[in-house]
Amino acid sequence: MSDIATTTDAKLMAGQAFVRARPIVPLPPPLTEAGAIGWVRKNLFSSTLNVALTVVCAALIVWLVPPLVKFLLIDAVWTGTSRVDCLPRPDYPEVGACWAFVIDRINFFTYGFYPIEERWRVNVFFVLLAAGVAWMAWLDAPRRDLGVIYFFVVMPVASLILLLGWPLIGLEKVPTTSWGGVLVTVVVSAVGIVFSLPIGIVLALGRRSRMPAVRLFSVIFIEFVRGVPLITVLFMASVMLPLFVPETWSPDKLLRALVGVSLFASAYMAEVVRAGLQAIPKGQYEAAMAVGLSYWKTMGLVVLPQALKITIPNIVNTTIGLFKDTTLVFIVGIFDFLMTIEASRVDPNWATPGISTTGYAFAAIFYLIFCYGMSRYARFVEARLAAGDRR
Amino acid sequence: MAAVETTRPKAPLIYNPKARGIAYQLLLCALILFLAWSAIHNAAENLARAKIATGFGFWDNTAGFDISQSLIEYSTTSSYGRAFWVGLINTLLVAALGVVFATLLGFLLGIARLSRNWLVARMAGFYVETIRNIPLLLQLLFWYNAVLKALPGIRESFVIPGGGFLNNRGLFLPQPVFGPAARFALIALLLGVVAAIVYRSWARRRQMATGQQAPVLWVTLGLVIALPLAVLALSGWPVTFSYPESGRFNIRGGIEVLPEFMALLFGLSIYTAAFIAEVVRAGILAVAKGQTEAAYSLGLRPGLALRLVVIPQSMRVIVPPLTSQYLNLTKNSTLAVAIGYPDLVQIFAGTVLNQTGQAVEVIVITMAVYLTISLVTSGLMNLYNRRMALVER
Repeated sequence: MSDIATTTDAKLMAGQAFVRARPIVPLPPPLTEAGAIGWVRKNLFSSTLNVALTVVCAALIVWLVPPLVKFLLIDAVWTGTSRVDCLPRPDYPEVGACWAFVIDRINFFTYGFYPIEERWRVNVFFVLLAAGVAWMAWLDAPRRDLGVIYFFVVMPVASLILLLGWPLIGLEKVPTTSWGGVLVTVVVSAVGIVFSLPIGIVLALGRRSRMPAVRLFSVIFIEFVRGVPLITVLFMASVMLPLFVPETWSPDKLLRALVGVSLFASAYMAEVVRAGLQAIPKGQYEAAMAVGLSYWKTMGLVVLPQALKITIPNIVNTTIGLFKDTTLVFIVGIFDFLMTIEASRVDPNWATPGISTTGYAFAAIFYLIFCYGMSRYARFVEARLAAGDRR
Repeated sequence: MAAVETTRPKAPLIYNPKARGIAYQLLLCALILFLAWSAIHNAAENLARAKIATGFGFWDNTAGFDISQSLIEYSTTSSYGRAFWVGLINTLLVAALGVVFATLLGFLLGIARLSRNWLVARMAGFYVETIRNIPLLLQLLFWYNAVLKALPGIRESFVIPGGGFLNNRGLFLPQPVFGPAARFALIALLLGVVAAIVYRSWARRRQMATGQQAPVLWVTLGLVIALPLAVLALSGWPVTFSYPESGRFNIRGGIEVLPEFMALLFGLSIYTAAFIAEVVRAGILAVAKGQTEAAYSLGLRPGLALRLVVIPQSMRVIVPPLTSQYLNLTKNSTLAVAIGYPDLVQIFAGTVLNQTGQAVEVIVITMAVYLTISLVTSGLMNLYNRRMALVER
């Protein structure tokens, strides 16, 4: 063995044959195929059509973006106390967004007419809600079972007492007519989600129930509500609800809107939950039955935990829809965030040509941040759930 | 062999699942009946106290209010019933046009988002993510108050080439006026459409039988467009245009498109297009990659592969959610009430409700209309689905 090896090595040494001992250094890839130029060629200018599309898109960007940046940032007015500061002057001929208006009105946008000395209560409510949302949204949080109780029972009751007031414990009463702005938007969304999820689960179970009457009522409710626009539901809640209850009750205006939004959202939530229930294999039901669990234990301990887990992304998406739909309460005369913008926009103290655009831009940024944040979260949960299946 | 008698121990009725089920259902029915009864009872009492009439007698009463846009004859002396039809037609008009524009824009964006051109894909993605996450009502208010109402007044209106005006009162366009001889062209158009349909089905059958293709597109265009135009030319061109004329304070003549209508149409189309884009993208991604590869290996160019292989298959996935987007658009058209476009909700659930005070009847009618539209559409959808569903063994 070693003999042969030695002779070969000797031959190599003698230079009879050439064997490369080290790999050659590869040539750099052609400039047109790799690196920045290659990327541009491949992704922007791969064909005549793509060249044309790229040019059109670039033209669109050049046409839209600089004026927008100029309006929103460069020419914007940041400080001021009245409309005069946002009007064009000889030394400042082009006036952009009037952020001074937003800064001046930010408290009105947040609290509406909530009494100034009581506004700390609203802040506490925001903190309570944020804690609840964080507890629910953080999937590895400790004691999420307590979190559910907190979010669906403790927090709503505490917030109700806090916001409405309870003279017995020294909290002055604040009628809902003086609530407004972001507070109302958040209250409507929070009440919508807190009520629609349990009602939606019950309706979804009802729709898959083996009892025909239960199934029929669930189907009628879900299909009816999903078949009509939210505005008609809100109109119904605001003009028909007072007729359907004894005169002495005379439900509060905000309460009526909340009933409408909750009923509307629960029908959509029911369909989302039903999709989750359908995705659970039949074997799970059968296994639960085989170990002798009752219907409610089967659902509560085996089926719903799995179904709700895979439904989280869709629940979040429904919540985004609900959050956007809360703007509609403005049509039945509730002072939500958008309504405060509308009211301030026409305020003579601030009325300038650019004020509407400023107000709407601010509202758009507000909704964009929250909705986009929620949709990112939904995608994150989806990816995390999918990770289990990918292996 | 003696049969073994097995007698089950008799369980009390309360442990019998069947009996329990019936009891629960009876309980539920009783509860709902009670709620319904108390609601009706309270409503009757409240209405009697407020001295509000009940029943649908108001339908024929004189409405006494004006409506800014109406495609059918309407005046202040018309009845509430007439106002209802005006509102319904306005709703259907804006919904139909919105569906057309949203579909065009949505398909464009959905395909653009999958484009291999990085810039195109990113811009379509940016559009979808932004528009989807801003409430429609805010967008409508923006288009109406910040864009269309901020246009210059009548005296400084923009002049559109061809004799139109655009100002804060709306868009004014020349209106074609057809003379009596134009009815021949109309007949020609109808005949052309019928002939085109017949031709298409013939061409299809021939292609199925022999594989020969016929120039369907050109013949259809010729029959539907060129033929009526030719008849129009032969009959001496009996079409004149009534041009809008700008006065000092208003504009007379021509077609007037209300700014409310434009804002609603823009808002609905732009908003729904973002959702349709997502539907289209999901549908195209749902077509197996092998289909595209097979099309390429047969030598089809990317455009043809998309048109002949991918899109027809993706339609099966796209159409059901697309229909629900159309329904959403129709339901969202009720936001017209916020900017004052006279749609069904604004006229009927707004003005008529306020004038008559008959909340129950008016809201029930309004809801019934939208419910009918929804149910009819989903019924047609199911029909389509049954036809298009993948036939498997």
